[in-house]
Amino acid sequence: MTRAQIDGRFHLDRTTYEAIIAHARSDFPYEVCGLLAGEDGEIAKHYRIPNAARSMTYYSMDPKAMLQAFNEMDEHDWDLLAIYHSHTHTEAFPSATDVELAFYPDAVYLIVSLQEDEPVARAFNIRDGKITERKLYVGGAQVPAGSR
Amino acid sequence: MPIEVRIPTVLRQHTDGEKKVAAEGETLHEVIADLEGRHPGLKGKLVDDDGALHRFINVYVNDEDARFLGGAQTPVEDGDVVSILPAVAGGAHPRVAGSPETR
Repeated sequence: MTRAQIDGRFHLDRTTYEAIIAHARSDFPYEVCGLLAGEDGEIAKHYRIPNAARSMTYYSMDPKAMLQAFNEMDEHDWDLLAIYHSHTHTEAFPSATDVELAFYPDAVYLIVSLQEDEPVARAFNIRDGKITERKLYVGGAQVPAGSR
Repeated sequence: MPIEVRIPTVLRQHTDGEKKVAAEGETLHEVIADLEGRHPGLKGKLVDDDGALHRFINVYVNDEDARFLGGAQTPVEDGDVVSILPAVAGGAHPRVAGSPETR
């Protein structure tokens, strides 16, 4: 398992976590992506955004669906809390591409790996090319980062 | 009525934190040039040296992706809304081995 310096936590409620895992599984082996928005760390809305690339190794959020989500966030004064995507054949750690294309320094990058039978989710910040990891909590309990 | 330009969080350093700013012009290209005069530093985030929109910046006119309208040459009118969003993209390409941020 690839590690990064731990800095902070990220909390997900169980319903949202399970919805993200279900979304990731729904288009396997292709990567899926989405956004989490809310206030004060509380998730108010989960957006499943189509992967315009529909690829096993790349995702690119559909621009129009993305704009609709951001406009709604603006209307409600929600913050973008997290950006998630799945890795279907590799571990839940940011790839070189993920780092290169991380244009949202304030967002948590949540990655779900489906390479094993059990999904593994991990949370990161990616700022100026540097990866730090947040301890991921689901429903108040820390989630193991996986065996590798 | 000028053109309303919606600025994403990551670019608000150039607009004193403003979410929406006004600009004028008859094409996106002119709007971006006008923006640069009012908010220096924005232009380089939106277009390359040849004036083409950056690949990983989404620019929309009235919620339509400008790439499918005419790129930087897309015509705009007073009252139009121009939105800007950095793309969200990535994926499981192999990580660069031995990169300094991993341990």
